[in-house]
Amino acid sequence: MATKHMEHIQPYSPQAGTMIPTKFRKFLRTCVLWQFIRFIAINIKMTLLILKSHH
Amino acid sequence: MARLVVMGGGVSGHTAATFAKKWLGNEHEVVVVTPNSQWNWIPSNIWVGVGEMKKEDVVFPLAPVYEKAGIDYRQAKAVSLHPSGSEKNEKAFITIEYTGQGKEGQTEEVTYDYLINATGPKLNFGATPGLDQGYTVSVCTADHAVHANEELQKVFEKAKTQKQKILIGTGHGMCTCQGAAFEYIFNIEHEAKKAGIRDNLDIKWISNESFLGDFGMGGMHLNVGGYTASSKIFAESLYSERKLEWVIGAHVNKVEAGKAHYELLDGTAGAEEFDFAMLIPPFAGVGLKAFSKNGDDITADIFAPNGFMKVDANYNAGAYENWKASDWPRTLQNPTYQNIFAVGIAFAPPHPISKPMSSPNGTQIFPTPPRTGMPSAMMGKAVAHSIVDMIHGAPQPTHTACMSEMGAACVASAGKGFFTGTAAAMTVYPVVPDFEKYPGVGRDISMTTGEIGLAGHWIKHLLHFAFLWKAKLKPGWTLIPE
Ligand SMILES: Cc1cc2nc3c(=O)[nH]c(=O)nc-3n(C[C@H](O)[C@H](O)[C@H](O)COP(=O)(O)OP(=O)(O)OC[C@H]3O[C@@H](n4cnc5c(N)ncnc54)[C@H](O)[C@@H]3O)c2cc1C
Repeated sequence: MATKHMEHIQPYSPQAGTMIPTKFRKFLRTCVLWQFIRFIAINIKMTLLILKSHH
Repeated sequence: MARLVVMGGGVSGHTAATFAKKWLGNEHEVVVVTPNSQWNWIPSNIWVGVGEMKKEDVVFPLAPVYEKAGIDYRQAKAVSLHPSGSEKNEKAFITIEYTGQGKEGQTEEVTYDYLINATGPKLNFGATPGLDQGYTVSVCTADHAVHANEELQKVFEKAKTQKQKILIGTGHGMCTCQGAAFEYIFNIEHEAKKAGIRDNLDIKWISNESFLGDFGMGGMHLNVGGYTASSKIFAESLYSERKLEWVIGAHVNKVEAGKAHYELLDGTAGAEEFDFAMLIPPFAGVGLKAFSKNGDDITADIFAPNGFMKVDANYNAGAYENWKASDWPRTLQNPTYQNIFAVGIAFAPPHPISKPMSSPNGTQIFPTPPRTGMPSAMMGKAVAHSIVDMIHGAPQPTHTACMSEMGAACVASAGKGFFTGTAAAMTVYPVVPDFEKYPGVGRDISMTTGEIGLAGHWIKHLLHFAFLWKAKLKPGWTLIPE
C-alpha cells in the first residue's frame, strides 16, 4: 500500500505514535453519499442525547 | 405583577429571558440588562476569523427582537447587586450603567423579584503579561474575529513568497475554551490549503491540556473498531494528519511581539516565535459587586474569588480523588438568596473537570471547566421554567440542569466548504464524568460518540442558521432544541 500521505511523519516523533487514517478512511470523510448516511445517523444520535438530557 | 431581571443577553440569558417571557405573558415583566446592542452566534466567529463569513452573518440587533417579544431591554451593564435593597430602596435591586440607547454612562437602579446572572465571562487578557498588547489576536467576539481575519490575511499574503509561523491555542495555564482554538487552527489549515500556501506555513498548537483532546473535560472515550479509545488518540491522529505540531501542558506566561514564552508541566521553560498568533485568554467573572442593605460589601458571600456566582454546588469537595458528579449544581439557585440564579459561564463550578496539575515550580497548568453552548442554553431554559413556577407559587425551583446529568452535542469545525468541509461531530454523556455510575471512563459510552467528516460540517452550518432563527424568535423558534 502506498504511504505518500504519511511522508511528513518522522520516525520516533510524537506524530509517529498516533493512528494514521488510511486513504479510504479519508475518502469516506468527504464522500457525499456516505456522509449523507452519516448525517442522518449523527442527527439521530444527537436527538437521543437531547431527549436524555432534558429534565 | 412580578419582575424577572436577566443580566446578560448572550446564549444562556437570551434563552432564559425569551422562554420566561413566553411562559409569563403580559402579566409579569421580564427585563434584560446587557451591554451589547447585537446578539452574536459565537460559534460562527471561527468562520469570521478566517474570512469565510462576515460579521453581519453572525450578529443581529437585539432591540427589535425584544420589542416584539415584549421584553424590557436596557442596553447597559450590571454593576452591583443589592439583594436586600438599600436604606433608600426597600426592594432588592441591581445598579446598571447604560452603554447605549442614548443614555451612555447614566446609572439606574432596577428592582427585581427574581434575578438571573447570565453575564458570561470576562475575557481576562490582563492575566498574561503582553496578551493585552495586541501582539496576538482572539476570536471570542465578532469584532475580535474580524480583526483576527485581517491579521491572518496579511500573513497569508506573505506566505505566498516566504515561510510564516502560526501559533494557536490558550494564552494562560488556567484557560478553558480549547474547543474554539481547536476549530480555529483546523480552519486556518484548511484555508491555507485552499489558498495554495500550506507548504509555507508552520502551524503549531499550544495549550494547557495535559494531553491533546482533553478539552477541559478530562477528555472522553469513544467506541471505535472494537476498542474504547481515549480522545487523545483521535486528537493526536488528526493533528498529525493535518501536519500540525503541538506543545501541551503549557502555561503561556509572557507574550512579546512575535514571541510567546511558556512554562511546561515538567517545570522547563520555552518560547515559540510567531508571525500570527491566536491565544484564547483565561475567563473570569465579569466583576459584579454585591452590597447589604446598609452598604457593606458582601461580594464574597455571593461570588467565588474568580468572580463567578455561587449556586447549589458543593464547593468543599477538596482534592480530585474526592470529586463526585453530585458536586455539580442542579437548580443553579444561589444558596443565600433564593430569588437569585446563575446560568451558563456565570455560575461558579464546584471544581474543574480535568485533573488539576502543577509544575514543580507550583504553577497550576490545567484547563478550567468549559460551559459550552448547549449546556448553557439548557440551564437558561431550566432556570426560566423554575422561576415561572415560583412566580406562580412553587416554593422552590422545579427544574434542574446539571452538567453531570446532561449530555452535550458539540460540532467542532475543521474547515468550511459544502463539499470539502469537515467537522468533528461529538456527543458526550454526561458532560461531567460520573465515575460511580460509569466506572472506568466516567461516561455512557453508547452516548459518547465522535466522528469527523462532511456530515459534521453540514450540521454545523445548519446549526448556524437554526440558532440565529431561534434567537430571532422567528416562527417555530421553540421547536428548535437548545
Ligand atoms: C470562538 C468561540 C467558539 C465557540 N464555539 C462553540 C461551539 O461550537 N459550540 C458550543 O457549544 N459552544 C461554543 N462556544 C462556547 C459558547 O459560546 C459559550 O458556551 C456560550 O456563549 C456561553 O453562554 P453564556 O450565556 O454563559 O455567555 P455569553 O454567551 O458570553 O453571554 C454573556 C452576555 O453577558 C453580557 N454581559 C457581560 N457583562 C455584563 C454585565 N456586567 N451586565 C450585563 N450583561 C453583561 C455579555 O455582553 C454577553 O451578552 C464557543 C465560544 C467561543 C469564544
